[in-house]
Amino acid sequence: MNENDFLIVDNKEIPIEGEQNLLELIRKAKIDLPTFCYHSELSVYGACRLCMVYVEGMGLVPACSTPPSPSMNVKTNTEDIRKMRKIIVELLLANHSQSCPTCQKSTTCQLQALARRLGITEIRFKNQSKNIPVDDSSPSIVRDPNKCVLCGDCVRICSEVQSVGAIDFAHRGANTMVIPSFGKDLDKVECVNCGQCARICPTGALTPKSEVDEVWKVIHDPNKMVVAQIAPAVRVALGEIFGMEPGVTTTGQTAAALRAIGFNRVFDTSFTADLTVIEESNEFIKRIQKNEFIPQFTSCCPAWVKFVEQYYPEFVHNLSSCRSPQQMFGALSKEILAAQTGKKREDIVVVSIMPCTAKKFEAKRPEFIHDGVRDVDHVITTQELGRMIEEAGLNFRELDPESFNLPFGFKTGAGVIFGNSGGVSEAVLRYVTEKLTGEKRESYEFTSTRGENGIREIKISLAGKEFSLATVSGLGNARQVLEKIKSGQAFYDFVEVMACPGGCVGGAGQPVFTNPVVRQKRTKGIYENDRMLELHKSQDNPYINELYTSFLGEVGGHKAHELLHTGYKSRKRIADEGMSLSSSDGEQTIEVNVCFGTGCFLKGAQKLLRDILVHIDTEQLGDKVSVSASFCFEMCEKGPVIRVGDKVIEGCTLEKAALAIEEERQKVLGDKTVNSMQ
Amino acid sequence: METLRKFEKVWEIIDQNGRDSSRLIPILQAVQAEYRYLPEEILTFIATSVGISPARVFGVATFYSLFTLKPKGKYHIRVCNGTACHVKRSMDLHNALQKKLNLRDEKDTTDDMLFTLETVNCLGACGLAPAMVVNEEVYGQLTPERANEIIDDIINAEAHNEQDTHRL
Repeated sequence: MNENDFLIVDNKEIPIEGEQNLLELIRKAKIDLPTFCYHSELSVYGACRLCMVYVEGMGLVPACSTPPSPSMNVKTNTEDIRKMRKIIVELLLANHSQSCPTCQKSTTCQLQALARRLGITEIRFKNQSKNIPVDDSSPSIVRDPNKCVLCGDCVRICSEVQSVGAIDFAHRGANTMVIPSFGKDLDKVECVNCGQCARICPTGALTPKSEVDEVWKVIHDPNKMVVAQIAPAVRVALGEIFGMEPGVTTTGQTAAALRAIGFNRVFDTSFTADLTVIEESNEFIKRIQKNEFIPQFTSCCPAWVKFVEQYYPEFVHNLSSCRSPQQMFGALSKEILAAQTGKKREDIVVVSIMPCTAKKFEAKRPEFIHDGVRDVDHVITTQELGRMIEEAGLNFRELDPESFNLPFGFKTGAGVIFGNSGGVSEAVLRYVTEKLTGEKRESYEFTSTRGENGIREIKISLAGKEFSLATVSGLGNARQVLEKIKSGQAFYDFVEVMACPGGCVGGAGQPVFTNPVVRQKRTKGIYENDRMLELHKSQDNPYINELYTSFLGEVGGHKAHELLHTGYKSRKRIADEGMSLSSSDGEQTIEVNVCFGTGCFLKGAQKLLRDILVHIDTEQLGDKVSVSASFCFEMCEKGPVIRVGDKVIEGCTLEKAALAIEEERQKVLGDKTVNSMQ
Repeated sequence: METLRKFEKVWEIIDQNGRDSSRLIPILQAVQAEYRYLPEEILTFIATSVGISPARVFGVATFYSLFTLKPKGKYHIRVCNGTACHVKRSMDLHNALQKKLNLRDEKDTTDDMLFTLETVNCLGACGLAPAMVVNEEVYGQLTPERANEIIDDIINAEAHNEQDTHRL
């Protein structure tokens, strides 16, 4: 296309500078054309029809899916177009559960905003809202189909950006819905709880699940000591709810607001991020020395952890065994505060304030619940804290700033940059360089870890050895990197992954945003925080060092392992029953489950299954054994895999299977004899 | 062993289609021909085999009315309710059959899995209005009485078959 090419938008000449579609060009002309389904980060869909414009010689066309060409004459505000836009919004509203005042998205809802902008004061169509049940099964996200406008933003972000595809369109015409597979609840499918769907949803159809009521309840309980921890990314976004610019740090006001609300202690998750750096770096150094489980993957992001557990079970041991800073904080603070104050563990309530919806899921993982008490009791998002501050009637902007409590409120810059993609890598580098070389370094910044790209590779030479790192954000990018590692096309020593594009600053719990510039400003804010702090390296945090000497003992030692580390195992994507192939009608049934995932199939699962069925037939075990096929145990590298009772047999053969069935049968018989003897 | 045979058939179908996600519809058609419906676990299985999410496969399977996720009866009755049949009172036929088979709009298959009753919009047999199709067999110029007789014949034939099997 020619350099001097231009077209005309509402009688004004606008140069064409490589824009892919009319919509971008019209926006460049400072006209905010409405749309629900167009996002620069997603594919063009053209479903909502709100961006229709009139092009001379072409008639009405959707701007989002029309490429610009020179000398087009575009009108965006003819009488027809204005009428049509109103009708579209009215029709959407007629299909909509019109519960605006009580909706989570109220004031940030794009449908609401558009109705106001277009001056819609009445809806001429009869309300067709169907009252479909709300799905609140997930710990992270609430799905209310009655508020869905079928723009498909959530479907595309889940499959295109995150490569998960937990929700999709189903059924047809007036019955079309966006739902998880087979209409199951969201907590029964492969959703990783990242919440990007809720971030991009223009209405209240997908929202982060609120825990505000539970938090108020513990705050009003005089027997509870309520402790807050604030994640790094929250401090540069909370102000947006109160009209401040993105990226403005509000640590002081946040601490003041939390105390005014009634929190007994206000701490910083960045403190345990510093602790994570120490533990994770030492784990990394050990792995490098032993040359095992390389690359090491970060494990701070619970959506990423679930992603690996579901799709890449062969890599679960590559995940750092370190708990996330949130979970380290929970375990550590309960232990220490209980000892200090003499309170019972269940009377110390840890509330985290996170930019994230997956953290809600993480806090409820069984590994982090001890004697029925969660290490982190409640997780509220930045949005939810904003609502609590509003409810308490606090004038956030005018609050006198306060500081965090010691010791868990003291952090270095390394702990703060965890809020960005690349932050963990940089923080680890700040530690590992000094540890490996044994020299103190004057500078602390590793700017090569920073940037906007979803996949960034860093090569660094330390103590005579070359290290290769990758920082990744967005799970679709993570999948690309994992596939490359698997096929041997890429080699890394350390891989940092954050599920949300840009890292935690772009999390789904943050104030609603659709423009990537907002996220960039928050990122800038985080690095400014780092620069403003006196200390930048986790190893320089005096309270961390004090914690090791007085409480934890050795780095990576026994106590540290008990409180700061965990383990992961493969996880089924979809809760389902296997395909039943032969079922016994006997009382004591031995369940045999044969994996039929791709890996196992290629390794001979089909023949094995046939052999097992023949074996059962010839041995006349038909009334004692049930056989079913499962679509995947997610242990593909060890196939064929079968499960007999609770026992998983890898690399299974008919002999191994027959032996296991026999053992199980003896066990059942043994149980029976014991029972009859009693 | 019958289940295993069908299951192996699914593998064959997926392989014949090159484990290619763009061949999803032919795969679903072939699998439905085998099972007479699309079982949920088979759909999940197909999804993982061709490398797309189960939610997308579910979306495709629910979009096209030729796919069904519920098991259908051995005899699939489709009463035509296109314009020509409708004016010839095809709904009377439908209602009569519903009553006879003890079915309702929300329950279209009999408990013994023998019959499924549905309406279709046009069979293209307007000259025979009102018409219905049982599996592949077309019946035209029907009355509710005649439709009931057809059902009775099938029920009788099935009962005989059963006796024969028992005698054997």
